[in-house]
Amino acid sequence: MSVDLSLLRDGGVSWLDGSGPESGIVLSTRVRLARNLHGLPFTVRTKDADRSAILEMVLEAARTSPDLAEATLFRLADLDSLSRQLLHERHLISKEIGGLDEDRGVRSDAALLTDGELGIMINEEDHLRLQCLRSGFALPEAYVSLEQLDATLGERLPFAFHPEFGYLTSCPTNAGTGLRASVLIHLPGLVLTKEIAKVLQGLSQVGLTFRGLYGEGSEVVGNFFQLSNQTTLGKSEDELLDHLGKIVRQVVDYETKAREVLQRGAPAVISDKVWRAYGLLRYARSLSFEETMNLLSGVRLGVGLNLINDLSVYTLNKLLVFTQPAHLARENGSSSEPDQMLARAAYVRRELEADASRMSP
Amino acid sequence: MMCDNCKEKEAAIHLTQIVDNSVTTVHLCPQCAAEKGVQTGANVAKFPLSDFLASMGKGVAAHLPPGDSAEACAFCGATLSDFRDTGRLGCPHCYETFETHLRLLLRRIHGSSHHVGEVYLTPGSAGAEVKEPEVTQLRRQLKAAVDAENFELAAELRDRLRAAE
Repeated sequence: MSVDLSLLRDGGVSWLDGSGPESGIVLSTRVRLARNLHGLPFTVRTKDADRSAILEMVLEAARTSPDLAEATLFRLADLDSLSRQLLHERHLISKEIGGLDEDRGVRSDAALLTDGELGIMINEEDHLRLQCLRSGFALPEAYVSLEQLDATLGERLPFAFHPEFGYLTSCPTNAGTGLRASVLIHLPGLVLTKEIAKVLQGLSQVGLTFRGLYGEGSEVVGNFFQLSNQTTLGKSEDELLDHLGKIVRQVVDYETKAREVLQRGAPAVISDKVWRAYGLLRYARSLSFEETMNLLSGVRLGVGLNLINDLSVYTLNKLLVFTQPAHLARENGSSSEPDQMLARAAYVRRELEADASRMSP
Repeated sequence: MMCDNCKEKEAAIHLTQIVDNSVTTVHLCPQCAAEKGVQTGANVAKFPLSDFLASMGKGVAAHLPPGDSAEACAFCGATLSDFRDTGRLGCPHCYETFETHLRLLLRRIHGSSHHVGEVYLTPGSAGAEVKEPEVTQLRRQLKAAVDAENFELAAELRDRLRAAE
């Protein structure tokens, strides 16, 4: 079965609108809480009947919660792999629950309950992964909704909790608060000024870590990094969020300074780089995913430096999401690489032309 | 010294990472280092170092102190050796069965084994007592939001505070 995303407000990608704070540099903020039910084995050791019971309990608890009144349920085992890939590309599900790791298939009763912004992955590596996605740099806002949902569910579900170790999780790296907060951030200035290595090295010294666009194990493309807390135990939720927030704020300032240095020191080089990227995206007839990401990075930098004025952050964000393989395959019915490259270039061209004619009539 | 990855060539790159006071060193030949995206210049590592180190040592379980691998959890039957293989525990009871081992492991991973965040109260156990701390917490968050001039968040918190009161 193919997924019907029209059930979700804005197709579950409302963060694309770029309405959040610092949305030129910080694309989105995501916070999740890992929770498990007492008296049941962790997901990897569950039997079909356990998972069916877990799903039922969670849905029952969620039904009575006002937080997810408008949420839609996606039963992942009923969806074809393209649809699951699509949900993953929208950052709504993890690779793990989508069964997309080496295509090992989906567990029965693995599900996503979401209104697009706030949701629960059920029967993921942990029984519940509560998550909230927001536009821009919005850690406290994302956590407020999540905390509320956690409290409501906690009144109805027996969460596994240990007085010393906190919330218990399948992997000890998530125990304690079960909280992982991450921001998706675009750092071309630091990459071009070669300051990025220092920044990334610094992160691990302050208990933070970085990943690529798609989370764990993914490669960094297009200068997009996900920065997140590495530890989850020994600090309170507020301390973890506050610490990550402070460091991200510093990275944003550092990136802004790097951009100023570039513009002051090598304006002609930067402007050429930006416009070449724009020219390729605007007129190319065939584009690979990686090339598109790298060119979008250049164009995004151009928008940030006010070199390009007829392009919105919304369009830039939309291009990031809708040029991904599953999105193109769904739109065009073909997943062969050459077809994808043609379709990608055509889509990018159309969007850029539309923005240019809309914004400079 | 041989490369930790291919175990064939001479290691030329020695990576040292310090996380929460525990030091990990990995020795690599230039080829493996390049394959893993570890670069010696000012370039960016293409793969996050933490993931790479995890993949080399079966993840977190590699930090587990040596011990009796045969002991099994009475609830789910998982053993420490299962945990070493998968990096995942079997059930919440495993935390009690392997408490001593896990306490040390958690300290190595997080720098602490003592949870100081939100405390979970079993459904039905508290009731009226839960109300006061929630209101206090909301007030504190509201004050922080106002101090930070985050008025959108403050408005949301104010509404929640009204509802809670």
